[in-house]
Amino acid sequence: MKTINKEIRSVDGRGIMLGRPAFTDDLADPSSLVVKVLRSPHAFAKIKRINKSKALKLPGVEMVLTHQDFPRKPFTRAGQGYPEPSPHDKFVLDEYVRYVGDEVLAVVAADEATAIAAMEHIDVEYEVLEPVLNYQQAMDHSSVVHPEEEIHEMFPIGFEPKRNIAAAYGMDFGDLDKAFEASDVIVEETYTTQAQAHVMMEPHSVNARLDIQNRLVIYSSTQTPFHVRRIISQALDIPMHKIRVIKPRVGGGFGGKQAIHGELLVAWVTYKTGKPAKLTYTRKEVFESSYTRHPMTLKIKLGADNEGNLKAIDWYVLSNTGAYGEHALTVFMVAGSKVLPLYNKVDAARFHGHVVYTNHTPAGAYRGYGAIQGNFALESTVDTLCQKLNIDPITFRLKNMILEGETSPVFEIMGEGTEGTAMNMETCKLDYCLERGLELIGWKDKYPRVDLGNGKVKSVGMALAMQGSGIPYIDMGAATIKLNDDGFYNLTVGATDIGQGSDTILAQIAAETLDVDIERVVIYSSDTDLTPFDVGAYASSTTFVSGNAVYRAALNMKDLIVKEAANILDVEPEQIVFGGEIIHVKNSDTKLSMKDLSNRITYNEDQKQLTATSSYYGTKSPPPFMAGFVEIDIDKETGEIEIVDYVSVVDCGVTINPKLAQGQVEGGIVQGLGMAHFEVVKYSEKGQLITNDLLKYKIPTSKDIPKLTTEFAKSHEASGPYGAKSVGEIGIDTPPAALANAVYNALGVRIKDLPITPEKIVMAMQYKNTKEI
Amino acid sequence: MKVKLLLNGRERIFSVHANEYLLDTLRNHNILSVKKGCDASTCGVCTVLKDGKPILSCSMLTARCEGANITTVEGLQDEVNKFYEYFGQEGADQCGFCNPATALTVIAMKKHLKDPNPESILSYMVGNLCRCSGYVAQNKAIKKYLEDKS
Repeated sequence: MKTINKEIRSVDGRGIMLGRPAFTDDLADPSSLVVKVLRSPHAFAKIKRINKSKALKLPGVEMVLTHQDFPRKPFTRAGQGYPEPSPHDKFVLDEYVRYVGDEVLAVVAADEATAIAAMEHIDVEYEVLEPVLNYQQAMDHSSVVHPEEEIHEMFPIGFEPKRNIAAAYGMDFGDLDKAFEASDVIVEETYTTQAQAHVMMEPHSVNARLDIQNRLVIYSSTQTPFHVRRIISQALDIPMHKIRVIKPRVGGGFGGKQAIHGELLVAWVTYKTGKPAKLTYTRKEVFESSYTRHPMTLKIKLGADNEGNLKAIDWYVLSNTGAYGEHALTVFMVAGSKVLPLYNKVDAARFHGHVVYTNHTPAGAYRGYGAIQGNFALESTVDTLCQKLNIDPITFRLKNMILEGETSPVFEIMGEGTEGTAMNMETCKLDYCLERGLELIGWKDKYPRVDLGNGKVKSVGMALAMQGSGIPYIDMGAATIKLNDDGFYNLTVGATDIGQGSDTILAQIAAETLDVDIERVVIYSSDTDLTPFDVGAYASSTTFVSGNAVYRAALNMKDLIVKEAANILDVEPEQIVFGGEIIHVKNSDTKLSMKDLSNRITYNEDQKQLTATSSYYGTKSPPPFMAGFVEIDIDKETGEIEIVDYVSVVDCGVTINPKLAQGQVEGGIVQGLGMAHFEVVKYSEKGQLITNDLLKYKIPTSKDIPKLTTEFAKSHEASGPYGAKSVGEIGIDTPPAALANAVYNALGVRIKDLPITPEKIVMAMQYKNTKEI
Repeated sequence: MKVKLLLNGRERIFSVHANEYLLDTLRNHNILSVKKGCDASTCGVCTVLKDGKPILSCSMLTARCEGANITTVEGLQDEVNKFYEYFGQEGADQCGFCNPATALTVIAMKKHLKDPNPESILSYMVGNLCRCSGYVAQNKAIKKYLEDKS
């Protein structure tokens, strides 16, 4: 291997650090009209009247768009494959506003200052309605968040809007009653997980212009350019062939840019006026008016026999999708489907629940996508169960967890809103990950706790996790490779680099297959006119799905070159040895350089363009696995936690680029620690978002970050490109349960409500002491 | 009003509103390495060097910069290239939206911190948020760059 599993630098990092214009707002036409959105001050209201006449008289105001200006066609902004498993419950603008920050109207002006001034000259009269602000009470509430008749599901997802239910699902296997009867110990616990904000550093941004063919060209900071094109066409009745979506460099997404945001308004303005237009969210809008992670209540019951065999899992989940149902069903299902298979030896299991509408900022896709919530509940309860059984939690996991060559019935039953896909674990080094993590964290010297004698206790906690590698039979990625004169290649992919490094690792896969240095493969990604299709950057799909497409395209290109060489050298193709820069003939001194071959077919003889296109969809989704371990020092009196080290041992198959894979894991760990320890989206009693800036919503800074110890298991997934599985999400899953388990090991209190703050720890200790007295 | 700046080594005169922030002046004049992440002095991606010191351009009125020496990565290409050698080696560059600001802060730190230690380095960097990397790879790169006395 020349390129794979080597420390190759990212293909674009230097240029970005040097400040070259690369991001969406950098590329806006300087003469763009500025689009600003007037947002709802009410959690739930009906717009009675809009008086825009004063605003329209202001010099520089181009137009004010209200719900009356748009086709009344429900759609979903979710940015998923079609038909979507999310309800079509959104209008570009609507006569109802459903959360504080929802879109009332859009002002379009020559510059930002004029647009802001114009908003102050608009009178909106609202009929304020009773909002639904507590998701525990949302179902069958007297207020209906979505009373409109036109909204619908695309296929059965349990959609009952009149009851405030966006989606519902249930599955079971085995005889649950019998399995619990056969259990010697049963534990039942309820957990709650909070909304988390994505806080990608680049706010959502979009700009548009018309090209000389009168087509709409949209630059968007999106994770899903092809879905954006489709949704714009469907929602605005603009023919799809009139739309080009370009994804430039994106400044982080984490799921928050899977759905679409300002694209529809900006596209409409440019399409109607012929003038370039742009919209970049303020940080307040990113917090208030984009998406959060789905808050969930997870009620879980485990049964095991005295020998430590896990027999049964019964699980009910209530999820809060907020004002719109983007990813409602699928995030909730992943809380089961990418967590339950960890313990595949149970006799019976049930997973069921509801996803409800409320008048909060909508929830959407967020790295981990339900698995982090589910993992917190299951991996916390496993430790509680072990305590009741008086069995070491490591021994219990080694006995009950999924191993290589095994399967789980859950894979076949649960998919992404549909049935799943049966599969065996061809690679699962969870046993290695667990054992190696114990060594790296120094478990035997620190478990369960060491009193440090200074009022602090040192302890350790751990959790196992799995994720996926794309959605089988749904996610498709494609790649095209073109041979140029001078013998270098262009690689065009629909895959969407949002900072995770996919442009680099996809170029590595092509370079390895074509046996050239990575500099000889020039990658260009995510332009709906110029690159082949790809679903986009989500569901941990890019390395596995798009990577396989690139691998296949490169093999096809190699075949084309071999045929050309055989023709030129007048031998059979079987006699050609492809050596990247040089082509040999077997058992002969005859050779031909790629430079000569490419120049000859470009300029001199039998001229032609060689291109190879291939695509891939998974027939399975090999899960990456990991074991995560946290070491903490905790103050016995104040509950203050110092995170000392976080050990991750990951099986993601072969790492195409070890440093970039490590970056994916560590970035995920730190986001997961933020959620586990202090990040929380808070609303006032009236539904106003309190945490709407970076002072009130704290994300980890470099000072909060402990030592991170990250290793990869030796693993080779035969179905992946060069043995790789995906790695984008797996890092985020373990911190909540690992931290909760460490706190329990330190102080004997079990925090079941995220985030795990010193206040909650102190309160739990006081409650425990009261009970003991 | 007119404001004279020494921008990346060149004297420039900008016509600005009295309430205009340096971030907007720079971006409006095609200095696009400087990013808008929060416009409330909380994220660090709008960092520029004013007379050699890192400041947040989103909350600095351009009018207050009369005569100041303003430097962005566009004016420090060689030094940024040098820092990037370590940054790229550690795989610390993810989305990159914060990276020009990080580079400026680190380059200023190298000048200002005598005997940097892990604690003083983190204190210097604490205002530069990054949501992608988890910081550890960045910190390794920063340490190596500070140790490079060439």
